[in-house]
Amino acid sequence: MDSRVILDADQIARACARMAHQILEANRGAENLVLMGIPTRGVALAHRLATVMDEVEGARVPVGALDVTMYRDDLRRQPTRAVGHTHLPVDVDGSTVVLIDDVLYSGRTVRAALDALGDLGRPRAVQLAVLVDRGHRELPIHADHVGKFIPTRTGEHVSVRLAEIDGIDQVSIEQSGDPVRGGT
Amino acid sequence: MRHLLSAADLDRTQITEIFDLAEEMSLVQGRPVKKLPALRGRTVVNLFFEDSTRTRSSFEIAGKWLSADVINISAKGSSVSKGESLRDTVLTVAAMGVDALVIRHPASGAPWQASRWIDAHVLNAGDGTHEHPTQALLDAFTIRRHLRRSTPDLMSFDGQTVAIVGDITHSRVARSNVLLLTTLGARVILVAPPTLLPPAIDSWPVLTCTDFDEVLPHADIVMMLRVQRERMSGGYFPTPREYTMSYGLTRPRLEAMKPGAAICHPGPMNRGLEISADAADAANSLILDQVAAGVSVRMSVLFELLGGAE
Repeated sequence: MDSRVILDADQIARACARMAHQILEANRGAENLVLMGIPTRGVALAHRLATVMDEVEGARVPVGALDVTMYRDDLRRQPTRAVGHTHLPVDVDGSTVVLIDDVLYSGRTVRAALDALGDLGRPRAVQLAVLVDRGHRELPIHADHVGKFIPTRTGEHVSVRLAEIDGIDQVSIEQSGDPVRGGT
Repeated sequence: MRHLLSAADLDRTQITEIFDLAEEMSLVQGRPVKKLPALRGRTVVNLFFEDSTRTRSSFEIAGKWLSADVINISAKGSSVSKGESLRDTVLTVAAMGVDALVIRHPASGAPWQASRWIDAHVLNAGDGTHEHPTQALLDAFTIRRHLRRSTPDLMSFDGQTVAIVGDITHSRVARSNVLLLTTLGARVILVAPPTLLPPAIDSWPVLTCTDFDEVLPHADIVMMLRVQRERMSGGYFPTPREYTMSYGLTRPRLEAMKPGAAICHPGPMNRGLEISADAADAANSLILDQVAAGVSVRMSVLFELLGGAE
């Protein structure tokens, strides 16, 4: 399988630091912010962004997890999927929720996340931060904060590996292979 | 998993999956919008040939919180009371295009039969004196939650002793619980008068004892079974009072329990007969936790069966 490394550990760290700064700048600080990661790697990224925000502003930004399995539009097309954990750190009513995922692709996961969030409360605003935007949107969704734009072909697979889960920090493009991971 | 007919259908991995998902499902109970869209467009029929409050209503709530359309059919007031056969009733309901049939029936094996006749998923909600797998699941789920308070990452029931006390012979709850709890690794002791232990008990993977007081100090979980009214005059035990003396979870027995041990009862309870009010309302009673768990566990099972591609 043909594989090409796009981001190494240092580049991922810099991308995370930049995104954390951007989010703070766009929201004029950390007040009322809630970071909601989409399992599995989105949650790990959310924690990293929160750590940077803590270092920069000394602000403890609440981090949660938002599983979207039950809200997916392709639930019926696959065998029963494992459901991840949803954790709401604070009441999101009136807060600014930043959804965080590893890869933005078709936009369908984000659509599901917006529906899931709507059942949990009514945030004042919702933003989207992704480590990789690989294009090929199928819905009118765009990210507010992007670690790196990576132009891809549809047959390619973007693999995001994070130390917390995979033991290594690396983003790579694979020519073909398991289409399960890589952001749908 | 296509049907849920027996607790024996599930291995430890599947049970753990159902429980982990049930934990997620239980969070829905505390939300402003108690609804997940996962089973939108699916139809679940509760086909109840026997009276039931908690099983039927918790299946109904479980289906509705997952956005399925839930229809209740009970034997009273349906064509069943006009003499329609089980097969005709099941085929008729299935012909309407339902996705899952939740069946309770007084005849052992009725849900199994139904599963041979139709394409829809079949869930056994209690058949005769045979099985009641979702009850066993919610009991074990409640026990797991209780044990996890002291051991957060507990995965099996190895080393745990569960005493099931009462009418074992006629109890589908006991049968399903024996199967499920032993799959999870628990040691199960059945406690009953000799008249209420089934004849072939030797072939079960359990210990039996006719002396409750002997077992009590060793049990981590004491599961009391309901004494069914029709058994009281059936010659199985001399008098209700004598049953309480020998097999009731009375106040003195409550005090003789192992420290940290908990009490379960599948309900409905006969307070003062198999369980005293003191025990039912004790701090270590899990009885209301069981009811709450019923909805989460049934949501989890419905999702496992209906949530994915056919």
